[in-house]
Amino acid sequence: MTQSTPALRLEGIVKEFPGVKALDNVSLSVMAGEVHALMGENGAGKSTLMKVLGGIYQPDAGTIYVAETPVVMSNPLDAKNKGIVFIHQELSLAEELSVAENVYLGELPRKSVGRVDWKTLYEKTDEILRRLKVSFNARTRVGDLSIANQQMVEIARALTVDAKAVIFDEPTASLTDAEKLVLFEVIDDLKSQGVGIVYISHRMEEIFKITDRVSVLRDGQYQDSVLTADTSEEAITRMMIGRNLDLSRAPVSHELGEVAIEVKDLSCGASFQNVSFKVRCGEVLGFYGLVGAGRTEIAETLFGLRQPNSGTILLDGKETVISSPAIAIREGISLVPEDRKTQGLVLGMNCRDNMTLPQIDDMKAGPFVSDGAEVALFDLYRDRLDIRTPGWRQTVGNLSGGNQQKIVIGKWLSMHPKVLIVDEPTRGIDVGSKSEIHKLIRELAASGYAVIVVSSEMPEVLHVADRIVAMYSGEIIKTFTSDDVTEDNLIQAISGIKPK
Amino acid sequence: MNSEFIKRNLSTSAIWLFIAVELIFFSVAGQYLSLTDVAFMDGGNMLLLLKQSAPIGIIAVGMTIVMVNGNIDLSVGAIFAMAGIILLDSLSWSIFSGIGDWVIVVSVLLALTTGVLLGALNGLIVWKTGVDAFIVTLGSMLGYRGLVFMFNGENPTSNLNWTLVDLAEARFLGVHTATWVFGLTVLIVWLITRYTVHGRNAYAIGDNRNAAVNAGIRVGPHMLINFALIGFLAALSAVVFYAGSGSVNPNDGMLYELWVITAVVLGGTKLAGGSGSIIGTLGGVIAIQLLRTGLGYIGADTSTVNLVLGLILIVVLFIDRQLNVKGAQELKV
Repeated sequence: MTQSTPALRLEGIVKEFPGVKALDNVSLSVMAGEVHALMGENGAGKSTLMKVLGGIYQPDAGTIYVAETPVVMSNPLDAKNKGIVFIHQELSLAEELSVAENVYLGELPRKSVGRVDWKTLYEKTDEILRRLKVSFNARTRVGDLSIANQQMVEIARALTVDAKAVIFDEPTASLTDAEKLVLFEVIDDLKSQGVGIVYISHRMEEIFKITDRVSVLRDGQYQDSVLTADTSEEAITRMMIGRNLDLSRAPVSHELGEVAIEVKDLSCGASFQNVSFKVRCGEVLGFYGLVGAGRTEIAETLFGLRQPNSGTILLDGKETVISSPAIAIREGISLVPEDRKTQGLVLGMNCRDNMTLPQIDDMKAGPFVSDGAEVALFDLYRDRLDIRTPGWRQTVGNLSGGNQQKIVIGKWLSMHPKVLIVDEPTRGIDVGSKSEIHKLIRELAASGYAVIVVSSEMPEVLHVADRIVAMYSGEIIKTFTSDDVTEDNLIQAISGIKPK
Repeated sequence: MNSEFIKRNLSTSAIWLFIAVELIFFSVAGQYLSLTDVAFMDGGNMLLLLKQSAPIGIIAVGMTIVMVNGNIDLSVGAIFAMAGIILLDSLSWSIFSGIGDWVIVVSVLLALTTGVLLGALNGLIVWKTGVDAFIVTLGSMLGYRGLVFMFNGENPTSNLNWTLVDLAEARFLGVHTATWVFGLTVLIVWLITRYTVHGRNAYAIGDNRNAAVNAGIRVGPHMLINFALIGFLAALSAVVFYAGSGSVNPNDGMLYELWVITAVVLGGTKLAGGSGSIIGTLGGVIAIQLLRTGLGYIGADTSTVNLVLGLILIVVLFIDRQLNVKGAQELKV
């Protein structure tokens, strides 16, 4: 194993998006034969950095070296041919095609007249699959595989070329323990061949098990690299979060009311298991965890979009089966969904029509929808939520993210819910509007709503929630109250480390 | 996984089951209702049926690969008519007067070239503008039909070349020329979809376009080739059809696009792309022709064909959907 030359080196990488410096002068060296962990909070710039390496984004400044040769990558295939292979977290496979075709997608071996050389294709693929010790073969249709096996197909792609550097982005998110071990063997194997490996993960145990070095990004800036053997979970955690935050927690400034919703031992497939919690009127309960921890799935279950396998939901102390969103709305539950643009709004429609969408049936005068009633409702919530728009005729797609989010919130408030669930309240919203939305959520709680906030941003849950539920792979690890919550505790809990 | 496998084979072979049902139904019903003594499954009857299915069938083969690729082509009927006009009209162009019956070869090549060019133009527009293929070919459907009318107004373009008619009516091993062309088309395009890089990439693009782009596949050229191919096949279909009939009416080929798409969809190809087979389409084409012939055979009013076919199409697609909806976790709203 040689540790002398970098397999992959970044020098002064800068990438700006309008209003944000996503990467600010990042330099990083990944040695040949080294497993290099890249860590950072959500939004620290990891995924932007990876997209730059994968040829999806072009850096505004800085140079990438592969085996000390400067390279410019114009697209993902180009990056692959230059020796940087990417294993995506999100699967990017063609389900109707065979495993072999997916593994060699874009580079099917050919015979004369453009014919596919199926024999070579299957042989080469089966050879790779043997290295991965998987239970399926090259001819299996990808759509018939489990998600974990599909992830293995994605990994198999990396082994088709002579890679200098392989980047794993949360590769174990959907793998079982046995499959993880196989993956780690593959990583070891690559390592012994002198490949440089970048390993992105939030899971501390994995970091300490397989990586040689850890580098940390924070707010788009490179912090430090340390040898894994010389560091500790606490030290890494500090590097990841050591920023100045407004940690002034909004105090519980009002009396809490009755329990509005109580959930007992709720389970839903592989998404989450035995989840129990209650929320009182006037309280904000935060759900915090990594992507895939089951937060959004809980929200969707409460709103009737998913059916639980077991467990009960009690509303005002009464057991209630929520089998569809229509019933959830009738029972006083509203959900402001995760993705405003695809799930929350009809972007091409105007502000008023978006807001009145769920109750247009109640706004009729005779057979026709009453314009006046609609406008009155819109005006009411525009004033109440301080939505800044030139008028109700404005197309929602033209509003800022913050104002769009307020329209969605207004839409659901107008349904007079008892329980308001807000999934990722400030995703893609600028800093100023963020604090406004936070303030709004606090005010809503103060006026008596039971509010559930699902978020992947720690400052957000710390700032907004009275209590915080920390989740890890479908389980509640701990529910923190304002007395015992610290950033360290929280980040450890969502990495699956149970507090002592 | 096993049940998945069974389901998938069930849904691809559904069309053949349906054909078997049709054959049995019309044979039995024919015993009581038929106006002739000839059995429904008489050899001559079946050969004729294959011949009649050729014009739609040849185009449907091309439509399959275009739809697998994630596109659609509504202009095939207009290309069909345009190629027919070029074929028949060029037979009597004075510049070719010296070459005797060789003019047939020249005219056929001209007609096929017309198809390729019109198809490629569709593909080029879809590629370079990024406008949805449905819209682009809706436009070219109107545009190409406009060309057809500009050629000779409302009048038919006629030209009977007896050598050509003889070729069209000829039989080799008892099978009509049209059927041979159809069969060869099925074979060749099946080989393309199954065994060439172009064919497999067409599936990948239709299935997950982002994955294909990420893998470095150039999406545009593949789409262009497929549009050129369906243009070629629409023209080939016209050659087969008009060689025998000798007269193109400017309205010919209208609604062909819908018949073709119906056959392709019945054969199991997904509208969304990424999945489908030439063999399935062959089944779809035969099923439709069986229905038309069969209803005629038992003396039903020919106008009932459309009604019955429409119902069957919806039922078949409903069954397909039932087989393909994934698990109970699917969000139901």
